[in-house]
Amino acid sequence: MWKVKIALVSCGTEYSGIQKEIEKAANKFGAEIILPEIDLDYIDESYEKFGFSAQSSSLKLMIARAMAIVEGRSKPDAVFIATCFRCAEAALVRNEVRRFIQNNTRIPVVTYSFTERTKADELFIRMEALATTVTRRNILAREKQEGLTLGLDSGSTTTKAVVMENNEVIGTGWTSTKDIIESAKTAAAEAFGQTDYDWDDLDGIGTTGYGRFTMGQEFGAELIQEELSVNAKGAVYLADCQKGEATVLDIGGMDNKVITVNNGIPDNFTMGGICAGASGRFLDMTSRRLDVDITELGPLAVQGDWRKAMLNSYCIVFGIQDLVTTLAAGGSKADVAAAACHSVSEQVYEQQLQEIDIREPLIQVGGTSLISGLVKAVSETLGGIEVIVPEYSQHIGAVGAALLVSGMGHRQDNK
Amino acid sequence: MGENMVKIAVYPPNSLILADLLERRGHTPLVLQKQIRQKIKDPEIDSPPMNITEEDPIKGLKYAAIEVPSGVRGRMSIIGPIIDEAEAAIVVDGAPYGFGCIGCARTNELSIFLLRNKGIPVLELNYPTNQDETYVMVNQINEFVDSLEQTAEEE
Repeated sequence: MWKVKIALVSCGTEYSGIQKEIEKAANKFGAEIILPEIDLDYIDESYEKFGFSAQSSSLKLMIARAMAIVEGRSKPDAVFIATCFRCAEAALVRNEVRRFIQNNTRIPVVTYSFTERTKADELFIRMEALATTVTRRNILAREKQEGLTLGLDSGSTTTKAVVMENNEVIGTGWTSTKDIIESAKTAAAEAFGQTDYDWDDLDGIGTTGYGRFTMGQEFGAELIQEELSVNAKGAVYLADCQKGEATVLDIGGMDNKVITVNNGIPDNFTMGGICAGASGRFLDMTSRRLDVDITELGPLAVQGDWRKAMLNSYCIVFGIQDLVTTLAAGGSKADVAAAACHSVSEQVYEQQLQEIDIREPLIQVGGTSLISGLVKAVSETLGGIEVIVPEYSQHIGAVGAALLVSGMGHRQDNK
Repeated sequence: MGENMVKIAVYPPNSLILADLLERRGHTPLVLQKQIRQKIKDPEIDSPPMNITEEDPIKGLKYAAIEVPSGVRGRMSIIGPIIDEAEAAIVVDGAPYGFGCIGCARTNELSIFLLRNKGIPVLELNYPTNQDETYVMVNQINEFVDSLEQTAEEE
């Protein structure tokens, strides 16, 4: 059986005790890990040619392995670049090697910075994205939606549905996730309600998110795809950034995703979800405390100045208490709203954005991207970089799924 | 000679040439191969290629703080005990990969620092670039080993 060959270009995986986890993750998706073979002379030769004066010899080896791939001595289908988390020298080489491979080949690349705690589970989504990028390159190359398609995104808190026709979003649906199938049907019914169509009229269905397999099976979806590729594709499609580099940021209700993209294909990804203070939930609580609707929080925050509100903690309990104290001392609602947005943005930066090489433009998506104060805070936290919030940003996964499945479904032809 | 045997750490810690030089003189070279052999012989552990598991970088916390990358701590979990055991050390700087190599400059810096600060005799050499320098290096190593033997006899 043909297996996707993933070249491991790394430094220290065997010394961090995670080599086995990497292999396990690759095997799960029908891929195998290979090491580009090179001799000692070739290491020096490639290192000289590459021009980065790394002190660590494992990084020189990484450079030589990348060179072997670019020069065609080794012919993998995909490349996984991994270095130790918190190593500055390795982070520099990791990013330069990534750019080098991306600029000189069409081989998909995913990068990762690991710790000894890295488990196969964390690597699965990256390996799945790599393996599917190889086997479904033609799908990911799709830049235009055609026909009538439905995209379903079953997230941990909400389920989204989008109906698209001839490169236009014509219906959207949104509901909180309870029973996966029922929630999907509710969201889809809402989306269909804005159109003249129904399930029977569709050419194809694409599913993504945590519930993608369950929904995919129930509805006979033509495309069941992890959210990494789908969200990245949906974001660059909606933001009209399908060529070149970009970063996609999704501050969710429960977890946050940051995806870096090259020509529409994701190449690194970080996901966090351990602290409610760095999530949309913090803003939800703040709006309740301020007695304003969540939709009003953003414009309110834009008018305020976060520096005028005391906020000594990122914590959802103690941070909110600080905001209440500010209000009690006569502080304005606008300043408190701005401080809450600033707090979430700063913590997302400290927990996640620092782990990844941010590439402009930054495309902010997900429900929280509609909170203008948060978008402003993210831009400020990142030194004033350009942040794009495309239309339908809250339905990103569903748009991505509807886009990618077009051309795959032939339900009407088969009738 | 056996009675005066000294445990000598070598750096790079997997240098077969240095290990061989010391073994010929009847001393015990403390090298990585022995540490790794112990690990891969353990049938309980199945984490190829070197059977280092996630527990090892945690053991490495004895030598480097939690903020230090896992690859450095994983390496230190094997090199650290060698340094602990060392009664003398020979460090060769600027060696090519084939001479022995641990792959990580930060691990090199920390290991050599720990050896220098242990209060044991340490011989530091530059890797030779020609035949004459090679003779000089071997002589320096032999003289160093002789001095260790004399010290051991005096004690």
